[in-house]
Amino acid sequence: MRATKLRRGLLTLLAVVLALAWAFPVYWMVNSAFLDKATLQSTRPTFLPFGGSLDNFTTVLGDPAFGRSLAISLSVTLITVAAALAIAFLGALAISRFRFRGRASFVLALLLIQMLPAEGLFIAQYKMMSSVGLLNNVIGLAVLYTAAVVPFTIWMLRGFVSGVPIDLEEAAMVDGLSRTQAFLRITFPLLAPGLVASGVYAFLQAWNEFTVALVVMTEEQARTLPLWLRGFIQASATRETDWGQVMAASTLVAIPVIVFFLIVQSRMSSGLVGGAVKG
Amino acid sequence: MSTARRVPLALIIPTLLILLVALGYPIGWQVVTSFQHYGMLQQFGQPPEWVGLDNYVALFTDSYLWIVIARSIAFCLVCAVSTVAIGGGMALLMRALSTPVRLLLQIALLVAWAMPVVTSMTVWIWIVDWRRGVLNWLLTRLGGDFQGHNWLVEPLSFFAVAAVIVIWMSVPFVALSIYAGLTQVSPEVLEAAEIDGANGWQRVRHIILPLIAPVVSIVLLLQLIWDLRVFTQIKLLQDAGGFANETNLLGTYIYQLGTGAGDFGAAAAVSVIMLALTVSMSWYYVRSLMKEES
Repeated sequence: MRATKLRRGLLTLLAVVLALAWAFPVYWMVNSAFLDKATLQSTRPTFLPFGGSLDNFTTVLGDPAFGRSLAISLSVTLITVAAALAIAFLGALAISRFRFRGRASFVLALLLIQMLPAEGLFIAQYKMMSSVGLLNNVIGLAVLYTAAVVPFTIWMLRGFVSGVPIDLEEAAMVDGLSRTQAFLRITFPLLAPGLVASGVYAFLQAWNEFTVALVVMTEEQARTLPLWLRGFIQASATRETDWGQVMAASTLVAIPVIVFFLIVQSRMSSGLVGGAVKG
Repeated sequence: MSTARRVPLALIIPTLLILLVALGYPIGWQVVTSFQHYGMLQQFGQPPEWVGLDNYVALFTDSYLWIVIARSIAFCLVCAVSTVAIGGGMALLMRALSTPVRLLLQIALLVAWAMPVVTSMTVWIWIVDWRRGVLNWLLTRLGGDFQGHNWLVEPLSFFAVAAVIVIWMSVPFVALSIYAGLTQVSPEVLEAAEIDGANGWQRVRHIILPLIAPVVSIVLLLQLIWDLRVFTQIKLLQDAGGFANETNLLGTYIYQLGTGAGDFGAAAAVSVIMLALTVSMSWYYVRSLMKEES
């Protein structure tokens, strides 16, 4: 009896240590964001943000480069979400409501494409964008992002569309609605949660993306938020950095993501591991 | 009949179009370019010349490509195996915890998982910063002499830092997925085994592992694929003070060839190799997803 109690205590201790280890970098970002330069430069780290201020945040928010990057990131992300949802919705309908020739190859191609590494394509995408004059262009980047997220978005939406039983639609048709009406009035409202989850997935991908933006948005004027943050990292290689400001900037970029992520996490991961979890 | 056949095709046309434009064309260009030579003259507008397999021959006879491939594979294996081991261990641990402690661990994992890659990198680079980083302070307090120690200059410690970051980022997905798999293992079966005298390890080895083998193999495969293509973490650590030539993996090598040296032929050839590697590794994963689909 004593042994099991001791064992339980040790396991709890281990779990708390692991939780602290995984949460620490996130805590450290937020903590440092409130501290001023002098405090952060002392030889002794400050573990609690007492005596901190919002100065770093006001400095970052007042930086015109931040505003510019925020505008670019927002427009690229919103265009990507809208385009990806529209395209993927039609694709998901096709594969979950119809049986057609080539359907299996289509699904197979989507899943394979979804695994392609951006790093194996980005030089070619750079050359393509430069030859059509779309380097440093919001629309150009959004086109590349849309193509990157459409396959998995279709895969996610497919589950939601098949989740709405076709019988519901057919019952409505028996009651005198046309197929289109039945779809719009019965199925579409039931799909709203699926569209939200897939939209958030597309949002997260576009908002966080670094690799493709790095090669396609070459000018300082065209930096997305991740590229703007990279500017601080590059600067830290050669000179003393004001880490408080960098952490405030990182916190501002991360917060919308953490909120949205917590909303859709379970749906996204079940799409990735598929039936393996259902047992 | 004919309209019924046309509807699904019309529905997938937008998907096909965007994929062809943004992915299909670049892949085609890449394959063609990998057989061409790009040098100084091409930068001034000369059309590239056909060189057949020269780019591939040059790459495969250059020891640097082999070093990069070996490094990428070693880094990928270390990260993927450690991630799955740690994540699996955490999943088993979560079963043994009381609900509040388990929730604490799950929330910590979710928050770490939610962090955008680039913001994680800024924090980690601040943590390992050689001037004021909290890591050097901690190690010095523990009795080492790490004041002013620069972790990014030596390739080995550079990769150690990169591996810690990559593992920190990937463990949450693995731990939570395997835990979700574990919740499907019925407690009755385990109780029966306990009554029959199976000890803790025997229960893990003979009952739990076989039951969660499908989810473990899928997350391991995904980690292998994702860790082989790791780019952002390496690139940003290089930006923060690592030496690119000594720390390149496949992704950063392609980047350097294409944007730094302007050698599009060689960059395309390495990209084709990388795509081929990924597609062959993804094949099993995609097939297992397809099976459940039909």
